[in-house]
Amino acid sequence: MVKPRAIVLRTAGTNCDRETAYALSQAGFDACAVHVLSIIDRPKRLGEFEFLVVPGGFSYGDDVSAGKILANQLIHHLRDELNAFVAAGKLVLGICNGFQVLLKCGLLPRGQVGADGAADATLGWSDTGQFEDRWVHLRGDSDRCVFLARGDVITLPIANGEGKFVPREPAVLSRLRQGGQLAIRYADAEGRSNDSANPNGSVDHVAGLCDPSGRILGLMPHPERFVDATHHPRWTRGLADVAHGRRIFDNARAALN
Amino acid sequence: MTHRIEIRTQEGVSDPHAAGVAAQIRELGIDAVAGVAAVKLYFLTGELSADDARCVATELLADPVTEQWTLIETGDDAASATADPAGADGDGTGVIEVHLKPGVMDPVAGSTVAAIADMGLSVASVRTGRRYEVALRKPDPGTGEPKPATRRQERGAGPAEPPAQAAEPDGELLETIATKLLANPVIEDIHYARHTPPEARGQRYELQVVEVPIRELDDAGLEQLSADGELFLDLTEMQAIQAHYRALGREPRDVELEMIAQTWSEHCVHKTFRSDVVVRDADGAVVEEINNLIKSTIFAATQKLAKPWCISVFEDNAGVITFDEQLGKAVCFKVETHNHPSAIEPYGGASTGIGGVIRDPLGTGLGARPVANTDVFCFGPPATDPAAVPRGALHPRRVMRGVVSGVRDYGNRMGIPTLNGAVYFDRRYIGNPLVFCGTVGLMDRDKCFGAARSGDAILLVGGRTGRDGIHGATFSSGELTHTHETAFSHAVQIGNAITEKKMVDAICQARDAGLHSAITDCGAGGLSSAVGEMGAELGAEVHLDRVPLKYAGLSYDEIWISEAQERMVLAVPEENVDRIRAVFAAEEVEATVIGHFGTDDGHLRLYYDGTEVGDVDLAFAHEGLPRPRKEAVVERTGRPSPPPPRRSDYGETLLRILAAPNVASKEWIIRQYDHEVQGGSVVKPLVGADEDAPGDAAVIRPVLSSRKGLVIACGMNPRYGSLDAYQSALHAVDEALRNAIAVGGNLDRTAILDNFCWGNCAKPDRMGALVRAATGCRDAALAYGTPFISGKDSLNNEFRTDDGRTIAIPPTLLISAISVVDDAARCVTADAKEAGNHVFILGRTGDRLGGSHLLAVEGVETGSDVPPVDCPTNARTMRALQAAIESGCVRSCHDLSEGGLAVAAAEMAFGGALGVALDLAAMPTRGDAVGAACRLFAEDAGRFLVEVRPDQYDAFLRAVQNCPVGELGRVIDDGRVRITVGDARIDVSADDAKAAWQGTFAW
Repeated sequence: MVKPRAIVLRTAGTNCDRETAYALSQAGFDACAVHVLSIIDRPKRLGEFEFLVVPGGFSYGDDVSAGKILANQLIHHLRDELNAFVAAGKLVLGICNGFQVLLKCGLLPRGQVGADGAADATLGWSDTGQFEDRWVHLRGDSDRCVFLARGDVITLPIANGEGKFVPREPAVLSRLRQGGQLAIRYADAEGRSNDSANPNGSVDHVAGLCDPSGRILGLMPHPERFVDATHHPRWTRGLADVAHGRRIFDNARAALN
Repeated sequence: MTHRIEIRTQEGVSDPHAAGVAAQIRELGIDAVAGVAAVKLYFLTGELSADDARCVATELLADPVTEQWTLIETGDDAASATADPAGADGDGTGVIEVHLKPGVMDPVAGSTVAAIADMGLSVASVRTGRRYEVALRKPDPGTGEPKPATRRQERGAGPAEPPAQAAEPDGELLETIATKLLANPVIEDIHYARHTPPEARGQRYELQVVEVPIRELDDAGLEQLSADGELFLDLTEMQAIQAHYRALGREPRDVELEMIAQTWSEHCVHKTFRSDVVVRDADGAVVEEINNLIKSTIFAATQKLAKPWCISVFEDNAGVITFDEQLGKAVCFKVETHNHPSAIEPYGGASTGIGGVIRDPLGTGLGARPVANTDVFCFGPPATDPAAVPRGALHPRRVMRGVVSGVRDYGNRMGIPTLNGAVYFDRRYIGNPLVFCGTVGLMDRDKCFGAARSGDAILLVGGRTGRDGIHGATFSSGELTHTHETAFSHAVQIGNAITEKKMVDAICQARDAGLHSAITDCGAGGLSSAVGEMGAELGAEVHLDRVPLKYAGLSYDEIWISEAQERMVLAVPEENVDRIRAVFAAEEVEATVIGHFGTDDGHLRLYYDGTEVGDVDLAFAHEGLPRPRKEAVVERTGRPSPPPPRRSDYGETLLRILAAPNVASKEWIIRQYDHEVQGGSVVKPLVGADEDAPGDAAVIRPVLSSRKGLVIACGMNPRYGSLDAYQSALHAVDEALRNAIAVGGNLDRTAILDNFCWGNCAKPDRMGALVRAATGCRDAALAYGTPFISGKDSLNNEFRTDDGRTIAIPPTLLISAISVVDDAARCVTADAKEAGNHVFILGRTGDRLGGSHLLAVEGVETGSDVPPVDCPTNARTMRALQAAIESGCVRSCHDLSEGGLAVAAAEMAFGGALGVALDLAAMPTRGDAVGAACRLFAEDAGRFLVEVRPDQYDAFLRAVQNCPVGELGRVIDDGRVRITVGDARIDVSADDAKAAWQGTFAW
């Protein structure tokens, strides 16, 4: 069987591309990391792939604000190609810095690059005001999202400073909630969302957001950092039989069948 | 035309950074501040219309959800101060604006220029700045009119205000906040009103070759020349240079003198470590004469051990060992210090420290990909009274925050996990903090060696060259004084991690394609050092006018010695030049051929616009340094410490040790570092049931498809350094190794690294301690069978205050360990796992308390009776423990270090959210007279607590049968730390112990 092709879109300052490509290959993708400039040179190449992943890191050093400069490049150089990619029902995943990019270029929450109208939401500085690396519990909260089922409780690490989800206004939040787009929420080990399980003050405990089709997902936690039992911080306590991050990539693989 | 765009947080949106600044102002003891607003400033200069500027502000610079922007046009007139609403109407708001000095690296500016181009617009230049609007509380009604904040302009940026102005209380307040908290005058200008900086315009440079007359100087003249030229060379060295030029029959040119000074600097050639030493005892009798200190100690041990898995030791930028024969992979490791720059500009100093050490593995062999970082810091106590901080030194808290942020921002952006470290506090580090940064690299076995060939092009890659860091190598080799802050501001560099990240990505591709024959980093000494070392045998021809500059106006001499960051030099065969340039271009990294290796006579020749500006005989530069001779005095050790108070209940003592800054949790730092990027994390720096208890060492799998692991650990005990330097070295090695073994490391595949940070070794007592510590390193390496593969020293860590006192740091030796394990999934952690399991101690406890935390918290002045290290027994114990862990009969293991058994037991208990019940009667001791306090708190090396399941009881005891072992008790589930020793006891809750441990740095 031919493996579906996944592109890990990297640029200056991207730094989770290798492990993301590794996680994709473990889930049965033919994955490669490609520099955004070489796609801008030959935008048609994007059409060769079924799955676009924008990985974590500090694209362009988080200069101006996290993800902003790469988002700006996508808007001004790859808008049509990306919109065609999405319209073809292909999958898009943004992890951490990649989520920030998807949100700032419009692929989230509306599913379209450079969509007209004011931005719906942003990812701002965490309430703690600093970068933090820690593990969190998450709950799938959407019937639409193909990457994680509703009610699924998983644990993954976060590693960011600018990950606090902030919608423009309450009406936006209601619209996203009703549309099943608030795909992943911070929760406790039992899957209940509450303030103490929320690491950064994200509004409504949102950790991940999908587009109306459920085939574009952005999330702050890093699924590629939990694809082996020994990734878990308590594996020596016998607590990690399943690598939860694998599920996100396996589900993506299944959604392409 | 310059457009000034101010970006502020929207009404009703919280700004944690501004809140953090307000909190730190309160920490300074200033209560008059009601709140702070932080504003980002962008200055766009060029042919951009106001509409275009608005478009840039809306679509690029301001967050549409949380921020708002204001555009102010400032016209062509440079340095204009526009009317400033804040502060001008006397509403009690003060303004502080912070602008980078001209020429200081501004990473955001470059990214913004490129992003504006992506939008189809163009600007000539972008600059950024920060503005703080400080709301002051209304003064007491009794004191009269509220005063508006005084606004002043920094010298050089506008007309200076009369000095009387500075005395105004509000102006003083703002100045205090600005200089103590918000800005560093070394790299930044401060303005107390709206300020738009003039466009930086480089001056044109007219070539003028400078000769420095040296042949006719007398000794005083030579010393004067060394001082005036910031050469940091002593008289003998200056005389050697003089003789060389007399023989040549000409005067040196400035660049030649600079190059020799840099090549001969302590930083580059380690002349103290290579010196011959006469060692005397405290009575003045000669006890030993040493030829070449380092060769006869540390190198000698490595040579004698002759491990077949050592690939390249002490010759390249990092030490290289085999990682996996089947995979064909090797790893290399280097640890560096960046102390003096961090003392002056903590953020920039620390970030360029980590940036610099990353380039060491990258410049090893044909280039290794960085896979892990380490960081170890020494600071003054954070609670130091600000009045006790000498002039010219920064407060330890500011140093600590700056250093931690610098390592965080650079390491995280590089995508390298920072996963092991330590922090020590001591008053003697106040003026001279220590910042150790390490990097581990991964490379193919067949890429471990490189050598430039005659005819190879000299390819300079990475960032551009500016005036930053000039004289860094010589500066770091001297003492710090209270005036260094201003005198050596040019030695401070600011890093740009993304430039380095792009360079790493490109170099790894060039390496895999086999395009270059050698590579090295442009570190201390810049091009002078890099090209000089690569071309030592061949000579080289360099055209300095071809070096890309950040701004015009640099002289050939400045270009040659600049230590601008993020640059590497590659030797590239002529036929590969086009291909390698394409590789770098695809990653947007500048790569320029500036000359070639190989000259007829092996000299180095420098040209500028075709004119020869320098000719250095590299044989003289590399071999002509007179071999120094040092005097050393070894002081007496073993002076007994007074006994600590006897207690029946040591619970409170335990809690106080847990809260001591050296022992307390460093979670505040650890969480700010990404320790999981690259996806190979196996044992994290924090472990346990709540993922927040101390681990002994970090473990990673650098090759994701393999189970093979790397253990990374460190050991250091500056408290012992000034008491007994020899035992201190044994302790440091033992601690690094036992941390590595405690998680499952393999002693037979462990290499170690040394980093000596010492005071001024021209003083015989400092030199004596250095000799003893180096000897300890040799003896320990031989006893444990662990070779040194790399090392570095930083001497002259002394601070001279304005009243002439000298504060020397305690002799500080960091040992880093790297161990290769076959199956990372067999590693263990320090947290207790299940109630009912047995707890054993391995290793002997004695009755010496010198340098212990027990004496420190009891306020007893320590003697010099550091516990002696029994290396042979400890090595045997480590091998037995390793076998036990490999066979799977160890559930948890924690090494005993600061605070001894009681601290280790408490950490194990709260780490597992469990308890322990121990009786210390069965503890193996040295002699019979080991009392309760020693059993609980002595800090002997070579000891471990081990948790074993009942069904593994026999198997474990068989594994450790030839070692000192004692069965102490069990893991219990009632959450108590219960330790009995004769009539004395500890009985505290594990939660209280954890709270004490976590409370100190709950920042």
